[in-house]
Formats: sequence, C-alpha cells, structure tokens
Amino acid sequence: MSGWRFIIGVLVVLAGGAMLTHEVTNAYVFYAGFVALQYVVIATGWNILGGYAGYVNFGSGAFVGLGMYAAVFLFKAIEAPLWVQVLGAAFAGGVMGLGMGYLTLRIQGVFFSIATLALTVVLNTVIVNWSFVGGARGATVLAPPPPTWFPSTISYVFFAMLVLAVFSIAVARWIEKSWIGRGLAALRADEQAAECSGTPTLKLKLFAATVSGALIAAAGAPYPYYASYVEPASAFGLAIALNALAMPLIGGTRSWIGPLIGALLLSGLEQAATVTIPTEVNLLIVGLVLIGFVVAAPDGLLGLFDRKPVKGRRQ
Amino acid sequence: MIIELGVNAVVTGLLLGGLYAVASLGLTIAFGLLQIPNVAQPTFMVLGAYCACFGNLLGVDPVIASMIFAPVFYLAGMIFYQAYFVCFERRGRGNTLQGFTFFFGVAMVLEVALILAVGVDLRSVDAVYIGKSLTIGFVTMPYRFIIPFVIGSAVGAGMWLFLTRTHMGLAIRAVAHDANALRIVALNPAQVKRHAFGIAMMTAALAGAALIVVNPVDPFVGREYIGRSFAIVVLAGMGSVPGTLVAAVIIGLLESLVITFVGATWAPGVAFAVLLATLAIRPSGIFGIAR
Amino acid sequence: MSEPILSIRGVSKRFGTLIAVADVDLDVARGEKLGIIGPNGSGKTTLINCITGVIRPEQGKITFEGIDISRMPTYQRARRGIARSFQIPRPFVGMSVVQNLQVPLDYVASGERDPAGALGILAAVGLETRADDPAESLTHLELRKLELARALAAEPRLLIADEVMAGLSEQEIDEVLEILFTLNARGVTIIMIEHIMHAIMRFSTRLVCMETGRVIADGTPQEVGRNPEVRRVYFGK
Repeated sequence: MSGWRFIIGVLVVLAGGAMLTHEVTNAYVFYAGFVALQYVVIATGWNILGGYAGYVNFGSGAFVGLGMYAAVFLFKAIEAPLWVQVLGAAFAGGVMGLGMGYLTLRIQGVFFSIATLALTVVLNTVIVNWSFVGGARGATVLAPPPPTWFPSTISYVFFAMLVLAVFSIAVARWIEKSWIGRGLAALRADEQAAECSGTPTLKLKLFAATVSGALIAAAGAPYPYYASYVEPASAFGLAIALNALAMPLIGGTRSWIGPLIGALLLSGLEQAATVTIPTEVNLLIVGLVLIGFVVAAPDGLLGLFDRKPVKGRRQ
Repeated sequence: MIIELGVNAVVTGLLLGGLYAVASLGLTIAFGLLQIPNVAQPTFMVLGAYCACFGNLLGVDPVIASMIFAPVFYLAGMIFYQAYFVCFERRGRGNTLQGFTFFFGVAMVLEVALILAVGVDLRSVDAVYIGKSLTIGFVTMPYRFIIPFVIGSAVGAGMWLFLTRTHMGLAIRAVAHDANALRIVALNPAQVKRHAFGIAMMTAALAGAALIVVNPVDPFVGREYIGRSFAIVVLAGMGSVPGTLVAAVIIGLLESLVITFVGATWAPGVAFAVLLATLAIRPSGIFGIAR
Repeated sequence: MSEPILSIRGVSKRFGTLIAVADVDLDVARGEKLGIIGPNGSGKTTLINCITGVIRPEQGKITFEGIDISRMPTYQRARRGIARSFQIPRPFVGMSVVQNLQVPLDYVASGERDPAGALGILAAVGLETRADDPAESLTHLELRKLELARALAAEPRLLIADEVMAGLSEQEIDEVLEILFTLNARGVTIIMIEHIMHAIMRFSTRLVCMETGRVIADGTPQEVGRNPEVRRVYFGK
C-alpha cells in the first residue's frame, strides 16, 4: 500500500467515524466499536515490540491498567480533559516500558518476558494500596458532558478511540517501513549480526519498548469514561494479556496489517460469543487458538497467505 | 513485643521458604537446566493441589494423595515435553520466545479449564495436623506450615542427591551443559530431557499438596507463583538446587517481614522487586556462574 | 612505517578455565592483506570477536585508526569501519536479500540510503537475481555470498572475512578472491581467516599463525610456511 493511499484511507476512516457518531443512534454500536478499536490499539502497540523486535510482553494487562489508572488519577486530581488523560497514560506507559526495558533488555530476551509476567501482579498491588484512585474498592468516574459536537459521551469516547487506533497504526506502519523497522527486524533475526552491521540494538529495543508501552497504556485511558467505573480486579484481568498476545500472532506479526486483522477477528468473535457462551469458554477458545497458531502458523494468517516477506520497496 | 513479632515473622518466613522451594524446583529443572520456559509449571501445581484435594475427599491424606498422583504427573510431563519437542525443539525453532508463548497459552487454557471444571470457589483439605500449632516459647509454628517445609526440604534434598549422585541426574546436568556432548556417550538428549521434564512435573504434584495444606486454593493462585518462582530460579542462579532453596527462603523471609511490618497487601510485590533487583545487579544469581 | 590501522596489545580472553586468547599483540597496517591461520580452537574467531566487540576481553587494548575502541559497543565499531562476515552464515531471516543489505546501508553507510547501492553490491557477488527472495530461501553458497555482501554494504575500512570460502568450488573461490582483491585495491584493509591454504597463501601478503590462543608465527606466507613451529602444529612434527 503506497503512502498516499494509506493517508486517504486514514482520512476516509476518520470521516466515516465522525459521521457515524451522528448518524447512528443505537449506542450498542459504539460500545462494541470501542472494544474493537481498543483491541486494535493494544494489538498494534504490542506488536511494535513483540512482533517487530521479537520481545514478548506478557504484561499488557499491566500497561492497559496503568493507562486506566493514569486517566483516573488525572481526572480526580485536576479534572483533566480526555486528551490530557490519554497523553498522561501514554507517558506513564512509555516510562514503564522504558524502565522495564532498561532493567532487563541488556541481558537475554527471556528475562524481559519473565519480568513482564510478574508486572501485572505488582501494579495490582500498588493500585490496591493507593486509596486516592479508589484502592481495592475501585473508583467511579462520572464523565463530564462531551464536547458539544458529539451527541453522547459514548460516541465521544468511541471517536477518541478511533483516532487512537488510526494513530497507532500510522506509528506502527511508519516504524515498519523505516530504517527503525529494518533494524528491529534485523535484531529479531540475529542480535549479534545486527550489531556487527552497525545496528544499535539496545537503543532500538528501548525505543520499541517505550513506544509499545505508551500505545498499550493509551488504549486504557478512555476506559474510565466508557465504563464510569474502574476496579483493580477487572483492570488487571487475565483476558487482556492473553488477547494482546493472541491478536498479533493470529493475524501475523511482521506487518501492521496482522495485528489489525487479529484484533478485528477476535473482537468480532467475542461480540458474537458473549451472547451465546460464557467468558471462560471464550478465553479457553482464544488460548487454544493461540497455541494452535504458535505451533502451526508462527507467521499468522498473513504468513499463511503470503510466504514472501514484504519487499524492500520505497513508497 | 516487636522482637516477638520479628522472630515469629522470621520463623514463618523460613517455613514459607520451604513451600516456595518445592513450588520452584520444577522450574529450576525445566527453565534453569533445560532452558524450557515452562510458565505453566505453577498452574500444574494448582492442578496438583486439586488432585490432593480430590484424594482428600476420598479420605486420603493430601500429601499421600499427591504421592499417588506424582507418577501420573511424571508421565504427563513426559508427554508434554514430547509435544514441545515435536513442535519447537526438533524443528530447530528452539526459539525461546515462541516456546514462552506456547507455555503461556497452555497455562491460560489449564487455568480456564480448572475454572470450568471446579469453579472459582476456594477448596481446602482436612488432615489431623491442620489447625494445630507447635509452640516453643513465644514462637508459634502452625503445622500447616511445617508440613510444606518438610516437603520442600525433602524434595530439595532428594533432587540434589538425584542430580549429583545418579547416572540419570548427571546426564540431565550434562544435557544442560552441552546437548551434543551427550550424543558422544550414546545418550539421546531428547530422552534425557523428557525424563527431566517428567521429574519437574512430578514436583508440581507434591508442591500442590504443600500449597493446599498451607491455604485453601482457587484456580487463580498459580498466577502469583509465576512471578515468584521465576524470581526464585533467577535469584538462585539458573539450575542450582541449593540456590533454589536459599532463594526460596530469602523470598519467604522478605514476604513474611513485609506482611508483618508493612502490610499483607504489599506482599505480592516482593518477588517482583527481588527479580528486578537480581536482573539489574547480578543476573547470574547467587549460585550462578557469570555468563 | 605509518601508524597501523588496527593495533592489538596484550589482549586475553578466557572461558572458564579455557584460555581462548592469551596475551596477543598484533598490528595490522593500512591496506594490508593479512591472513590468519591456525587449527580449530586456536583462538582465531575469539580474537575476531574481541576486535568486533562481540566479546569483551578481560585484558588488553585494541586501537582502530588511532582510537581506543576497547570499551566501544559493537555497533559503534561497525560504524567506524570494521565489518565482518560470520563463519557460519547468520542472515537476517524474515527479510529479503536486498533488505539484508539495507540494514548496514541504513545504519553504517554514509549518506546514500539508496537500494540501488544494495543492488550494485548484490551484483558484485552475483546475487542480483535473488534480491527480492527471502534470505531463508538461499542455498548454503548463496548465504556465504550474502554474508560477504552484507559486510561490503557497511563500507568497511577493515574487513574481517571469517572462512568465507569454506565449502566453495575452485571457481567460486576465484570469484570471491577477485572481489576481495578489488576491494583491497580500493584501500580496504582485509583480515582473512581461512583453512583453504592455497587461497590464503595466494591472497595474503602477510600471514599469522595462531595456536592455543597465541601467535606462534608472523611473516610472509613463505616464511610462515617454512616455520618449524607451524609445521609441527599442522603436520604433527
């Protein structure tokens, strides 16, 4: 896809989303759409480190939860508007990604993954002990009236998430096509050989960890307005960590399109399934599908359809 | 008063260390020696706890029940390793991160399966020693902590003797060092690893009994043990059994002190702090060789 | 004699109890064609790893173009002009052949980030028809060529060729030698590690023989070939 076509596509999606907020009156569309778009942001953000660089983050739940609580904090402290909450969440997520990376990425890659495994439990511990944001009881967030252009709060947060999703994809696509993406792909294949070709692998990994952490955390920021209530037990739930991993692996990790496909598939499946089967069965299915893809199709759906890597073509 | 509190906290921490040791020894073998990042090990321990609970329902002591289930876990471990071997190691895709994802998926599936099978309620066991304590002076030691400590010490000592004194144990340590060297002495590395993985899984059954004797168990409890046991294995120095025992006691002590003097809600953060500190300061761990 | 491009002083590296490189001193002159020979395990590759920074030696100092690079990370050494090929090819799998070359072009080469440059280098090693194929689809021979091409793309001033000719036919050896001669004529200093004796004898103007981590002979290929120590190492007396 060339650069111009991508930009036109972005504009069409944004305009379509803006129109939707006025044309559609059924709130369910926005509720479902919000979740789908949140998945897109999480999957896209995860893939920048997990897919491009090959460093698996098992702590996406912690990053999303951090974003939620950064938003709650900013709302409670200074009644910050939504965009400030999102920026604050992204900043917090970026710092956490950078910090985790700095402590663990200098040694073997497994240790980063191990540390992220424990991250969710720790962040949960911190929030439970922090009464300002509600502690274990949770926090109620009553969103102020949306900007006048939007008919309802839900259509407003839906549109905010749409902008975030488009932004994430643009960032991921830019990284992928640039020298940074090639450096990440090289270090994913072979860190020593990449270093010998002049690639500053540690800096690139830290960059990817920061951007990835920032995007995943930003995905959590609009949630308090969306749900009006945030509590640690659900914020740091299991499903996000599993889904964040499953979506890019199902779609394909080498291109920005993979996580997008995976996120839309998974959120679609969940929407269809919540009516008919319990959440646990849903998780069970996602887990089994994840195992299936890791074993049989490590390059995801994209890998199944396209055996050749993306051409080194300039746009 | 503060001294009494402190001494009791230290004793509890030491005893807790026994539980953490048996909970981590499987990972010491699987991850420390074989480089197989079996994230699912703690979830299998929870499965072991439910097996002990099941045996207890039939009137068997939970620890005895876990010993009866141990061979089943051993076999399951061998099959599990074989699946991993066929899917990843044999294809030359010994990519640790893919294996990681695989085991993470297995852990999630097993946890959800447990939720669906037994529900989310806490389950506990009955035994003569539960509810009683041994009191020496002002130090109180509940038997439900002493029993896991004994199990931990016994499994740890047994594991250490096995690895240092038996032919198979030496082979396992050799395969950890250099898989190809084994071929020269006509041992199949995959076969050695299969046994080792089976043994690692066998400890999950015993650890499960220890776990459910200490506290009632729900399907989610495995999660906090993922971070904790990896922290212990890394702090120990990958693959060191004595290191695992020492590291488990250190974490047990720290958690117990935090619970006593800071607050129980902060305890889950201890292992993570230790893990990060180890990775930042001495990634090779206490008993590890610098790499 | 002008200042050497690479100067190694007292470099030692041990792995546990095994001493891989023991107190090596070595100067490489600018524009030189230096061959390093020695039996397997004599420390050749470890020495290369110390020069490129993949391994940090316990002792010693390495100077490149007058600058102490002993503590410099690998990628900075690559940017200063040290390129290498790996003994066992280590392509960037998951990327196309031309993208493999794009990496050093992106991160090392001065200015020009043009894929045309990559295609030119591919043509030089005879891989131009494979430019868009995935690196993992290459044959063993093609992978060796890719190793060399990727090193060339880094615009090296010092190229370390670690057994680039192993497993090649006579004609292919000639091709590779031709490339290296051309490169050297353009001013690139080359260190060649090789087991194929006639190739390294033909190529090198100076030969160094290593054994158990030490330099046991240093001189013209003829001198080293006559050295009794070297003959003992290779022919067992």
